[in-house]
Amino acid sequence: MKSLFRHSLAWPAVTLILLLGLNAVMNPGFLALAWRDGHLYGSLVDILNRAAPLALVSAGMTLVIAARGLDISVGAVVAISAAVAAVIIGPTGNLGFAIAGALGVALLCGIWNGALVVGVGMQPIIATLILMVAGRGVAQLITGGQILTVYYAPYDFIGNGYLLGLPFAALLAGAVIVLLHVLLSVTPLGLFIRAIGINPVASRIAGVRAQPITLCLYAFGGLMAGLAGLIISSNVKSADANNAGQLLELDAILAVTLGGTALTGGKFSLAGTVLGALIIQTLTSTIYSLGVPPEVNLVFKAALIFLVMLLQSPDFRATFKRLPVRPPGAEKTS
Amino acid sequence: MATGDRRPVLEARGIVHAYSGKPALDGVDFCLRAGEVHALMGQNGAGKSTLIKVLTGVEPLQTGSIILDGAAIRPASTLDAQQSGISTVYQEVNLCPNLSVAENIFAGRQPRKPWARGGGIDWKQLNARALELLARLDVDIDVRRELGGYSVALQQMVAIARAIDISAKVLILDEPTSSLDSGEVAQLFQALRKLRDRGTAILFVTHFLDQVYEICERITVLRNGKLVGEYPASELDHAALVSAMVGRAVSNDFTPAARVAAESSQTPAVLSARGVQRQGGVSRVNLEIRPGEILGFAGLLGSGRTEVARLLCGLDSPDDGEIRLKGVAVTMHEPAAAIAQGVSFCPEERKTEGIVDQLSIRDNIVLSLQARLGLWRKLSPQHRREITDRLAKQLDVRAASLDMPIGELSGGNQQKCLIARALAIEPCLVVLDEPTRGIDVAGKQEIMSLLIKLAAEGMAVVFISAEVEELLRVSSRIVVMRDREQVGELPGGCSEDQVYALIAAPAASAPAGNAA
Repeated sequence: MKSLFRHSLAWPAVTLILLLGLNAVMNPGFLALAWRDGHLYGSLVDILNRAAPLALVSAGMTLVIAARGLDISVGAVVAISAAVAAVIIGPTGNLGFAIAGALGVALLCGIWNGALVVGVGMQPIIATLILMVAGRGVAQLITGGQILTVYYAPYDFIGNGYLLGLPFAALLAGAVIVLLHVLLSVTPLGLFIRAIGINPVASRIAGVRAQPITLCLYAFGGLMAGLAGLIISSNVKSADANNAGQLLELDAILAVTLGGTALTGGKFSLAGTVLGALIIQTLTSTIYSLGVPPEVNLVFKAALIFLVMLLQSPDFRATFKRLPVRPPGAEKTS
Repeated sequence: MATGDRRPVLEARGIVHAYSGKPALDGVDFCLRAGEVHALMGQNGAGKSTLIKVLTGVEPLQTGSIILDGAAIRPASTLDAQQSGISTVYQEVNLCPNLSVAENIFAGRQPRKPWARGGGIDWKQLNARALELLARLDVDIDVRRELGGYSVALQQMVAIARAIDISAKVLILDEPTSSLDSGEVAQLFQALRKLRDRGTAILFVTHFLDQVYEICERITVLRNGKLVGEYPASELDHAALVSAMVGRAVSNDFTPAARVAAESSQTPAVLSARGVQRQGGVSRVNLEIRPGEILGFAGLLGSGRTEVARLLCGLDSPDDGEIRLKGVAVTMHEPAAAIAQGVSFCPEERKTEGIVDQLSIRDNIVLSLQARLGLWRKLSPQHRREITDRLAKQLDVRAASLDMPIGELSGGNQQKCLIARALAIEPCLVVLDEPTRGIDVAGKQEIMSLLIKLAAEGMAVVFISAEVEELLRVSSRIVVMRDREQVGELPGGCSEDQVYALIAAPAASAPAGNAA
């Protein structure tokens, strides 16, 4: 039992279970699952579905952060991707072209970020700040400053469809993350990323091609944001250059941190990130289901996140554990 | 001799110290007398650093007693130790390079103007006192200039000046000479002798045996956390000291196998460089390295030794000239390109350029090999285990487990792992930049024996070292660098004087700002 708690995923998992438990207590129907019209329904399924874009973006962010980077432009890339898809699909109705176009542009955005960091040598936060700010403008240009609505049934499927009774978006995110996990375990990519994150100079001297790998990680991050953009715009049937993926980068960084990935690079956990994304989505659902008034919504969320972070901190847990039981003569600590 | 009846200043009795249950010191006694320079010797992991940490308050005293001037002390922090009279200068200068020399000496203790309480630093007095302190060490530099602009040796002197200004009772020097060249060492020793003659007790930790005999009167030897003994330097010769440190007799002789193998100069060169140069690096390097040869690189610190190595291994790309590998002209813009060709490099800066410290020893050893294999050919777990077990055994890496993070190893063991990494790719040419630095005597011998063995098996080796004696022992040829230029090449078996004559040109002997 004790060794179970020492596992790096233990505390994110405990946090998620506690949050789900809190919801179950407040709302007795929360854990219920029902099979209707060949679909699985329930709050849990809903959380999975809504967490999909965040999980995808966070997965990309995990690798970027693990290699000592940061990408704060993902929210803007979501908006660009959504705008490109909507602009293509509106007049043409060509789904394949729209998806390819959106993902292609998102990939280019990622390569742009990577080139600034790797090629120009900019600080990651500054390099991606450029696209974070400019990206919304680019999305506005693409949409002509309008909120484009998309009424096209096949496109609708990405964000609202069901496959084998489960939401397609959740399945898609799950599949991408499982593929990524397989890639990380059958190739030495994970070793290279950790080495770059811990000591980029030594890694380069040891022969790790740190620059192309880092560029690819940013490109992958962009691609994931593009995929998230497709899901989000399909889900709300529109592309909103100003609000699509708003502050998603911060949620993604939070999810990565909650999952036990070090912001200083080196140590990372993909599974932890998925748990982190689920925690954040559950938090959001909790706030809605508790009926928290909108004006205190953000304050409430901040307070909950603060609690979650405290629970995750080994230092905090250690002080907490020490407080009640202080054996006599224990004051002489090293 | 005469030192025996001098007054003990610092005594440690029955020191037992353990790190999380693992004993590092086991009943060590130690006595430092006024006006002596005392060497503390031992292999990596013998407990030297722990003893110093206990004496200087970095580690709390667990068992035993420390007596300073007849009174028991328990230094709780380095500040505490300093205030009671024990100052330490560490291997890595820990001063602020962006502050002036004088500011560094008096940081936190700046003289104030009498009429301006709480403010107003008395710069005149600060600089004058700094100048005076450094003069006591025979150093005459502009104390108002930034510390970072001076050589490491001078920075070391500034650190000592700071230490003796705080207290001149006990001065502990932890490997102060490891990054100094011979001229700088002589200057440091001159300063130490002056301090000693004024009654300061100096504890000197080093891996350089010759330096021990040059300056120390007494030697205390530790082995595996235990005291082996305290000896007058005059009664313990070179071989006896090494035996005391390693616990067995060590042979100093090498069969010059490398030289024999290299005689066959008919074999085509593994690597040849023609007129290779780089702006701000080195100019016009011409080299040929053949299989089975150990090519030594001699020169002072900053003479361009490392810069040449970086060019050969793809860390920097040359502006001009041609590098041929096995006769084929190559351009290597990346270390990865050199490694793909079978040229591996073991860097001098172990911490910043070598180890990836939170990764396991195994991951560190296979990193280059795996990088060479690329993304799509991952080493199988068994293969990885086999390779790392074999190399760790070959290089005698001492670790509780090869799965522990490399950062937890001692410096010498980390160095061995880096050599293991360089060898894991089975290179045709391996370039080792100061591979013996910071490694104990037995470890140095092992590494040099290994180089000879590798060369005998047909590998080409480039061996860079500041220690001419080491170079002479193993090299088939020695290239001498000076002022970022290749100034000559000597055959193996030449004399130390010949090498020094080439190294020390008149123009290079006096670093700016040093007074005699």
